[in-house]
Amino acid sequence: MGTKLNNAAAGTANYVDERTSIGGFVKFFARKIFPDHWSFMLGEVALYSFIVLLISGVFLTAFFVPSMDIIHYDGTFPTMQGVEMSRAFASTLDTSFEVPGGLLMRQIHHWAALLFTASILFHMARVFFTGAFRKPREINWLIGFTLMIMSLAAGFTGYSLPDDVLSGNGLRIIDGIVKAIPIIGTYISYWLFGGEFPGEVLIPRLFTAHVLLVPALILGLIALHLFLVFLHKHTQYPGGGRTHKNVVGLPLFPVYTAKAGGFFFVVFGVIAFMGAFFTINPVWNYGPYDPSPVSAGTQPDWYILFVDGALRMMPGELWGFPFEWVIGGYTLSMNLLIPGLIMPALLFGFMAFYPWFEAWATGDRGEKHVLDRPRNAPVRTGIGVAVITFYVILVLEGSNDIVANLFHLSLNDLTIFFRFAIFILPVVAFMVTKRFCLGLQRKDRELVLHGNETGRIVRHENGEYIEVHEPLDEQARWIAVNYDDIAPSVVAPSHNDRGVERKGHKFDRFKHRLSRFYFEDRVSPVTPAELEEAQHHH
Amino acid sequence: MKSLAKKRYHKAAPLMLVLLLLAAITGVAAVTTSSPATAATQVSEDDVAQGEKLFAANCATCHGMDAQGQEDIAPSLVGVGAAAVDFQVGTGRMPMQMSGPQARAKAPQFDQDQIDQLAGYVASLGAGPTVPTAEQVDGSLGDPANGMELFRTNCAMCHGSVGGGGALTQGKYAPSLWATTPTHIYEAMLTGPQSMPVFNNANISSEGKRDVIAYLEEQRQPSPGGLKLGAIGPVAEGFWAWLVGIGLIIASTVWVGARSS
Repeated sequence: MGTKLNNAAAGTANYVDERTSIGGFVKFFARKIFPDHWSFMLGEVALYSFIVLLISGVFLTAFFVPSMDIIHYDGTFPTMQGVEMSRAFASTLDTSFEVPGGLLMRQIHHWAALLFTASILFHMARVFFTGAFRKPREINWLIGFTLMIMSLAAGFTGYSLPDDVLSGNGLRIIDGIVKAIPIIGTYISYWLFGGEFPGEVLIPRLFTAHVLLVPALILGLIALHLFLVFLHKHTQYPGGGRTHKNVVGLPLFPVYTAKAGGFFFVVFGVIAFMGAFFTINPVWNYGPYDPSPVSAGTQPDWYILFVDGALRMMPGELWGFPFEWVIGGYTLSMNLLIPGLIMPALLFGFMAFYPWFEAWATGDRGEKHVLDRPRNAPVRTGIGVAVITFYVILVLEGSNDIVANLFHLSLNDLTIFFRFAIFILPVVAFMVTKRFCLGLQRKDRELVLHGNETGRIVRHENGEYIEVHEPLDEQARWIAVNYDDIAPSVVAPSHNDRGVERKGHKFDRFKHRLSRFYFEDRVSPVTPAELEEAQHHH
Repeated sequence: MKSLAKKRYHKAAPLMLVLLLLAAITGVAAVTTSSPATAATQVSEDDVAQGEKLFAANCATCHGMDAQGQEDIAPSLVGVGAAAVDFQVGTGRMPMQMSGPQARAKAPQFDQDQIDQLAGYVASLGAGPTVPTAEQVDGSLGDPANGMELFRTNCAMCHGSVGGGGALTQGKYAPSLWATTPTHIYEAMLTGPQSMPVFNNANISSEGKRDVIAYLEEQRQPSPGGLKLGAIGPVAEGFWAWLVGIGLIIASTVWVGARSS
């Protein structure tokens, strides 16, 4: 039986190989080495939730009608009887209440979308804090960043498809932001909606974008993203024997194929569990789109909340200074442009180009395949935490009515608090995080030099009491001492020996200030000499 | 003769006429609209006397001995009607526990007989909206779909799309409506307590109010989709996605990523 099966398998493999010469590829991929760490699976989570999105999405397209034609509902749901609505909304209700498994699929699709965006951000944070974006992976960071933007686009176009009150309000906000763009804004809005908002063409257009354009882009970018991961080889956490020139780990086959294959079902299981038990986007509560009602608790899905938060936070005028300017009869709504376009552009621009910024500011040009422990890059870690703080404040402000209601706070006071917090707290978060990192580095030094306290007190013959310290094992010491110790750049003198001012001197000074920002406060790793001295001392 | 004619056509005469007419219409309207006030609930003189005593002991500190109110402390209750008393006292909002942005609901401090006596006394001070009949608030007679349209046009901007509640300015809030009795929902619309606007019968008809009640009673059914997560919209969903979804997934990555050694 066993040999029979083996023969059959070998025969099939041989048949395929002789006709495709795929054996070489399989050998290459099967032997590809991957390092092991739970945080390396976050990107996988994003990939798997995308696969769940594709599977459930194909199901949903079979029943969704992307049409804004108006009909009167005559389905089974009691609070919608006879209500005027678009076909898109009616088909969403029918999918939910009349198609077997339809509601489960809708909920799986929506939870998968929330987890897709969440896991992408989580994965991005892991890559950022460990410095995995450094040379040679800057381009792959940019591809990943584009994937993140695409996930927002996929989410927002999908969120808008059911044509319910909630998503319609979201589209109206987008329309408002688009119209705020100087000169071309109104033209873009009319072009997008095929006339005045909401028009009659938007749902079919969003549908095309949601089921064809955006997923195709995401698929292509994922292929590129993974290809570059194979090309660059995976990064690894620091550890004994791990260098920038090797990868220590296990082969893709059989360990990771089994782990990853099984993990897909874990992710699918979690999403299906949520889809089965937790209501999400109950469009039957919101009702069909109608421009007049806006209910309390009107918010976008969480990944767009930060823009909503910025819009809610932005004052119409500040100490008498208005943000809506009328210039020569034309209105320029800075109160919309700043939170709706300028803030996201700055935030996303900073995220997209951070790898180049850091490389340029620090002057570190080497290839990096061993990851940084976040404490060993205090300024980068501080910047990351500051950006997250900034983002979380915007999300909280976007949820301000929910937060105010939940904690019995004044909505107005909360917004005023966040208006200050958005400028102050990220700076505080940066400084605190940086100090935490430096403290942890000092602790590492301490451990390397003196070892772990054992709690064992020994009395010497001469009456002296000492606590026995146990030296770190080699692996732990390796991790604690092996990191780059970069000093701030040194500026060449501003004038040469003949007293002539050097060209580019001012720019050098600017770069020097950046370098100092990154490296002035630093804790150097223990040198072998220091270690020997410490050991000699004991 | 000429002087008499001059007097008859005094400059202010048309204005006086209009004012007189308005007064007459208002008077007639007041009589006609207040006529059901006495019809709906039978309140004996004895009850009114009992109500007056309860009022003097529990309400007069703020509202005044004659319910005339006090500037910046408590409004006059003359003409608020029995419905307002039944709502405010019946939901425990009155007597008010403490000053704040808004009187909070709590366990009622009086039994229904006492509330009826208080309501009878306040209603005796001036005509106002009466407590609705059982038929007026019977949701099973209403049309929930029409209620949905009325609710989302008039109520959802404060109470949320399905009456889960929401925040207002300066610490005020629109409460959740899921545990409110149909009578209290009706009375709230009729009398507009605290920050809430009045939805009188010209604004939302009595049948319309019943449709709203029918819609809100539909919301007490379990959600077809599973747990409602508070039914407050995408913020709660996002929170659960991070807490439960990402939480479970991270736990499993740690589990899958752990070496067996």
